[in-house]
Amino acid sequence: MPTAHKTIPEPDPAIRVRALESLLIEKGLIDPKALDVLVDTYEHKVGPRNGAKVVARAWSDPAYKQRLLDDATSAIKEFGFSGLQGEDMEVVENTPEVHNIVVCTLCSCYPWPTLGLPPVWYKSAPYRARVVSDPRGVLREFGLELPETTEIRVWDTTAELRYLVLPERPAGTEALSETQLEALVTRDSMIGVGQPKSA
Amino acid sequence: MNGIHDLGGRHGLGPINPEPNEPVFHAPWEGRAFGLFAATFVFAGYTVDEFRHAIENMDPAHYLESSYYEHWMSAFEHLLTTRGIVTREELAAKVAELSKETNRCC
Repeated sequence: MPTAHKTIPEPDPAIRVRALESLLIEKGLIDPKALDVLVDTYEHKVGPRNGAKVVARAWSDPAYKQRLLDDATSAIKEFGFSGLQGEDMEVVENTPEVHNIVVCTLCSCYPWPTLGLPPVWYKSAPYRARVVSDPRGVLREFGLELPETTEIRVWDTTAELRYLVLPERPAGTEALSETQLEALVTRDSMIGVGQPKSA
Repeated sequence: MNGIHDLGGRHGLGPINPEPNEPVFHAPWEGRAFGLFAATFVFAGYTVDEFRHAIENMDPAHYLESSYYEHWMSAFEHLLTTRGIVTREELAAKVAELSKETNRCC
């Protein structure tokens, strides 16, 4: 049984990070340029617009939607979205009867290739604690009120398996192209705490 | 292990307060802390599970009070010092050195 470890007294996290990075550079163990690339990738290249492409395709192409529900990892990989923190994916579909929400009660597990890095609230204690016991109350905090008759399913992510919500296609969007549909898909609708924008 | 990280169903932790138009990183140091995981785990020889376990073993009060990337820093420091890759003394000395520089210049 490991003992709880305290960190060194550290008032300023910025200095704490610089100290560790500097020491590792001095020892020749890391290359700061490699860190620059990682930061740039997750700040600018990987994010919820990836997931929006997957959702818009599923709304437009019934065969793709079926592949996505049958084997999400492979169907998402068709876009080239795969790898770190998205090795095993499952897509859960919202219907008029069922609304899905995703959480990671133990930590912060989240599908990076389709949604990017998680927002602070997703990793925070209040969301992780409450969404499993009072999902309707939590949805209200996000401004979403569902009918009492809607069944709510909360999916607790694990280190191995990551979930993506397939929201319902908004009404009146029959004439929209896949690209136009993509613009309606929000990050929150793919976590399940929001709905897509209306057309 | 039913540690402080096992938060599902706990009461009294307050409102969620989602931040509109939240940036990926709230300060440059968060990005650096994020990058340190991929930059260190191979040469330091730890796994994602061990990293998470290090966070779960944080002091429980500190766990609840500190931010996400501070959790990561706590885990890096634990994993790298227990392997002897850096020492607590080296870290403390470097922090002191950088704090002095910061105070001098700004």
